[in-house]
Order: sequence, then C-alpha cells, then structure tokens
Amino acid sequence: MSHGFNPIGFLTRTRRPGRIEITDILSWLWLIAGTLAVLVPVVWAGLSSFKPAAEITRFPPTLLPRTAVETSVQGYEKPLSLWTVTIDGKTREMAMVRRIGLKAQMVDPQSPEAPVSVDVRAMSPVQKLTAATENYTDPLTRFDFLTFLKNSVFVTFVATLLTLIVNAMAAFALSKYRFRGKNAIFVLIISTLMIPLTVVMVPAYLVVVGVGLVDSLWGIIIPTVASPTAVFLLRQYMLTIPDELIEAARVDAASEFRIFWRIILPLTAPALAVLAIFSVLWRWNDFLWPLIVLSSRENFTLQVGLNAFQGEFSVQWHYILAMTFLSLLPVTAVFLFLQKYITTGIAGTGMK
Amino acid sequence: MGNLKLTNISKSFGALTVLHDINLSIDDGKFVVFVGPSGCGKSTLLRIIAGLEDITTGEIEISGRDVVHLSPAERKIAMVFQSYALYPHMSVRKNLAFGLENLRFKRDEIEVRINEAARMLAIEPYLDRKPRQLSGGQRQRVAIGRAIVRNPDIFLFDEPLSNLDAALRVQTRAEITKLHRDIKTTMIYVTHDQVEAMTMADQIVVLNSGRIEQVGTPLELFERPKNLFVAGFLGSPRMNMLKATVIGMHDDGMTLDMGYGTTWTTGIEPDTSMIGKAVLAGVRPAHFSVSEQDGLPFVVQYYESLGTETYVYGTLEGQSDQIIIHQAGHFSPAPGSRLKITPLPDRLHVFDPETGLAIPRKAKQRDEAHAFA
Repeated sequence: MSHGFNPIGFLTRTRRPGRIEITDILSWLWLIAGTLAVLVPVVWAGLSSFKPAAEITRFPPTLLPRTAVETSVQGYEKPLSLWTVTIDGKTREMAMVRRIGLKAQMVDPQSPEAPVSVDVRAMSPVQKLTAATENYTDPLTRFDFLTFLKNSVFVTFVATLLTLIVNAMAAFALSKYRFRGKNAIFVLIISTLMIPLTVVMVPAYLVVVGVGLVDSLWGIIIPTVASPTAVFLLRQYMLTIPDELIEAARVDAASEFRIFWRIILPLTAPALAVLAIFSVLWRWNDFLWPLIVLSSRENFTLQVGLNAFQGEFSVQWHYILAMTFLSLLPVTAVFLFLQKYITTGIAGTGMK
Repeated sequence: MGNLKLTNISKSFGALTVLHDINLSIDDGKFVVFVGPSGCGKSTLLRIIAGLEDITTGEIEISGRDVVHLSPAERKIAMVFQSYALYPHMSVRKNLAFGLENLRFKRDEIEVRINEAARMLAIEPYLDRKPRQLSGGQRQRVAIGRAIVRNPDIFLFDEPLSNLDAALRVQTRAEITKLHRDIKTTMIYVTHDQVEAMTMADQIVVLNSGRIEQVGTPLELFERPKNLFVAGFLGSPRMNMLKATVIGMHDDGMTLDMGYGTTWTTGIEPDTSMIGKAVLAGVRPAHFSVSEQDGLPFVVQYYESLGTETYVYGTLEGQSDQIIIHQAGHFSPAPGSRLKITPLPDRLHVFDPETGLAIPRKAKQRDEAHAFA
C-alpha cells in the first residue's frame, strides 16, 4: 500500500508508529469532544426541524422526529390516537376516546363496542418516525420566506462583492505605493478594530438616516463594506507579491488600474477567498444592524424575518428550526466551495 | 533607433546620494554592460533609464527625445528583471501578449509577434504553460521574449543570469549575445560579474559608489585601466599591486625600483616630476615570468591547480600583501618554497597611490619596453 489512500491506516496513525502515547489519547479525546460540541446542536436542529410542533417541547426531549400514530375506529368520526396500555398485566394497543383527569377512556380498535377506563400512568403513546415537512412548506408558502431569502442573497452577494473590491483597493494602495502618511493611515484603519459596533451603532444610524437609506437594503450594504480586518488581511498578503511584477507591468504599458485588476487581484485570490468566506458569513448572519435599519416587512433579510416567528406570547420553534436549518445551507455551500483556499490563504498571509 | 544620452544625472534617496553627476552616451545598436560591486548604483541607473525611478537632477534622452517625464512604456524600452517577473497566473502566451494588449495592438498582430519571438527563443512548446511549470532557463527566455515582442528601442537587462546555474549561465550568455547580433537593438545589461561584462559587451561602463569610473571596450579596460578600482575590478584573479619607487626616466619610459635590488623600465609615459615618488605597480597574475635566478623573491603559500592552469598564492619576502601568479599547465611548487618572479614589463601598470589614477602608457609601449634585472 505505498500508493492510494488507506483509511484504516490513516485513522489509526499514532505519534510514533506502533505505540499509543498520551498525546494520541488526548488528541483523540480533544477531537471527538470538539466534533461533538460543534455537530450536536446542528444535528439536533436538523432533526428537530422535522418534528411536529408538539414534539419539540416534549419532555424528556427526543432525538428523532416522531409523531403519535392515529387510527380510525368504527363509530368515531375523528381518527383516534393509539396507545400502548397495560391492563391486568397484559399489554395491548388501544385507541383513546377521551381523557378525563388521570383516567382515559380507551377502545380496542378491533372491537370498538365497549370502552374501558384506564389509568394514564399505565399507558404510553404509540409513535412512528415522521417528517413534518409542513415546517418547511408552510413558511415557504404562507410566510414571506422567499422575499426574505431574496433580500438576504442580494445583501450578501452585493456586500461581499463591494467588500472585496473596496478593501482590495485600499490594501493595494497601502501595500504597493509610497506616499506620505501611509503608515499613519494604516494604523488609523487598524485602530478602528478596537471600536465595537455597539459604540458606532447610533452615529451610524444617524448617518444612514441622513443619507436617506433607512429601510433600504443599501442601508445595510454600504455601512458594512469597508472593513479594517479585510484591509489588514489583504494588505499583508499583497506585501508578499514582489514589486518587480508591478514594475514589469508598468514597463508593459499597463495602467495602474490594469495592474490592480489583471495582476494584483488574481494573485491575491487566496486571500480574497478567505475574505469572501468571512464576508458571506458576516453578512448572512448579520442580525442587529438589519434589525435597526429595516422596518418594512418586504425589506427584511432572513435573519430579521426569522425573528418574526418569535412572537410576544408564543415561539413557533418548529418554523424557526426549519428556517434556520434552511438558512445554514447557502453558507455551508459557500464554505465548501471556498474552504480549500482558507488554509492556503491563511498560510500565505504570513511571511513568505 | 535606440541611442541614449544621460546628462548630469544625480539621484538621492533622502540625504543619501546614490548617483553623482552621471554623463554617458550610448550609440544605437551597442551592447553596453554596467558593471560594478553591489551598491555601486548600477541597478538604480538602469531603473532610472527604464523610468521606474525618478531622477533628482539631470536629463535623459532616448532616440533624441527627452524622456524624463515619460512613463516606462512611453520610453519604448523593455526590461528583463533579475527575478524574471513573469506573471505567475498567466500562461507564457498571455505573458508575452500582456504588454501588446495594453498598447492596443490588434489580435492577429499580437499573434504574429508572439510566434516570431517564440520561434527566435525556441519557447514554442511552452506557450500554453504557466511560468511555474518551466525551468529557470526557460523562464529566462520567456522574460526575454516578453521584451522582444514589444520591439523596443532599448533592451534593459537587470542581472538576468544571476538565478541560473553556472553551466546554464554560460549558455544563456552566448544566447543573449547571439540575440543582440540578430536583432541589433541597443542593449544595456547590468551585472556584478566581470566575466559577463568582458565576454558580452561592446562597451563596458564601470561604476563605483555612484560614479562612472571608466567607459570603454573590454580590451581597453583590461589593458588600460584608468585607475586602481578598474584595474582591481576587472580580471580574475585580481591584479597584484606591488610597491615601487620611480627612480628615473628616459625615452623608453619610467624606471622603477621594485625593492630587493631589482629595477625595471616600463612603457609608461616619462614624467620627470615623478622621480622619487612612491607608486604602485600593477601586474596581472598571468603577467609574471617565473625563474630560478632573477626577479622578486616570492614565498609560496599554496597553489590551486586546475590541470590546464595553476594559480600560486604567496607573498613577496618580508611583505604581507598576497600575490597571485598564474602559470599555464600543472605546476606544483612546495608551500614555503621560494621562487623568483619577474613582471612582463610591457604589461606593467603604474598607479599613483594618492589619487588612485593610472599613469598613462606610451602609445606603442609593447615593442619599446625592456626588462632589466
């Protein structure tokens, strides 16, 4: 097996061949614990999004989506729920007609003539696996989910595109041009990292009001475009691009913009991919700022829209879970598509 | 048309002046090599000609046009960089086309020029490869190709061979020389390697600490170095410097007392005012004759034999300055042994140690000079 991938050999590797050391055990424990910590909530949300509304709040909580089995019994108009009942030491499946306090009136579905009274402590519901697809279909049809989705996609796409271009331009100037005050400007940009969003939220909102972008998607796109993290990331990466390439392009009669567009941007692709992932995650998951800026329902993004399922008196968890799970899919897809750049990009942003 | 005229060029980075008042005129079609130790300003001068670096004062003319305020592209120059500076994300073809596209050439004209350059440099098989899939020598040729397609007035080379291994360097050196013979465009070539300078140049410009030391053909510089720096820089191993005193003048030239009871008359222009003056006599390693009887006492330290030639390292008796002598064939003197060495008098250079300047030779010194024991 000198060539090809050996999964067993790969998984049973140890720090030193043929010996299991404390490091091997610790790393396995750490990796398993980390995987579980990350995965369990997502898996639970995914499974629970298929549960009927009543099952989600059930105690003790269950993992798999299940629902009560119902059956139609002769002489009764509505379908009755099936229960496993223990009477006189014998276990039978019976349908419940009605429940009064601690007693329930049950009938045998095969011989529905004589109802019997059963102690509720002696019975448990018969359940089957289910998929409550109405959790997905209801919001998609009855709520404005598609509008929210369209808004979110628009905001994420446009904001990411602008983020990449604007910050790459700033990074290009800061990494490849010599001008007075260059370092001061860079320090100024970086120092804004220390100011949290909550501090600038009110002034930023006032600016958005002033320029008339309240309740507009551009009101959440434009204020988020310039990012000190992005400028820093891209500048550090661009510093590793040799100046001779730019000089060669100048000798080759390229304009400064063409140098940026045809030479610098393609060579910064790994860092741009990293930034694109970050930007998509930031914009897609952004909640607070859209909540502040947007006021009419047709402008809501997905994250703000999901909030609408959370009413003053009731929380429609089944819809929230289903829509949350749906909203995870686009970022997951973007991540899968760009993830190979993350390692090369992050490794490449350091010293060459 | 590609002549170049530099007038009173100075360049300062802040308080540091790297080029002092450079004046240089290069004729169309010449292969000119800028050579000098690292930090002498040769690359800066090249970048100034290219337009990649501003000048502090002075004038630059290319083909009769004042180009000081023109961009590199408008100067009609092309440059080959030390690192080749190929665009790593573009294929070889795109690399060659990039400059022409920027100049808004037509598609088919670009195609014709690329094919022409690729044929000339034998890079046709690699046109669709990326630079990282090429070897060092192939990248080098693509870099030259990128310069050729532009059809510039002047080619600029910035130490283009320094990233190649020794064998490839010799080969590429010959290819560049051949290319120059074929296309007959002015080329300016920067190197710190005096062998490249000697073998490739029509004209060598020796630079040192921001000043031009001497301009001339390789042979001129080798045979008539103007000063100690040029004498020491060109030729490998370097020229030996022996202490001497001027003791007389006559029609044949200057008579030097070399110490150890030896005197020589050299083919140096006589100048009676120099009698009694201490001078440095420069002798290249190959210009010594070795004998058992007469000459300067030379103590052998060690020798390096290459089979076909031998360099012997040692000192003059009682002195500490190292002297290197070159002998043809294999020669193995025992370390510590004494030899008598005699400089070939018509190959002697005499320098004034105070100014560093060479004392001019007589025009036809070869036939007139004689050695005295």
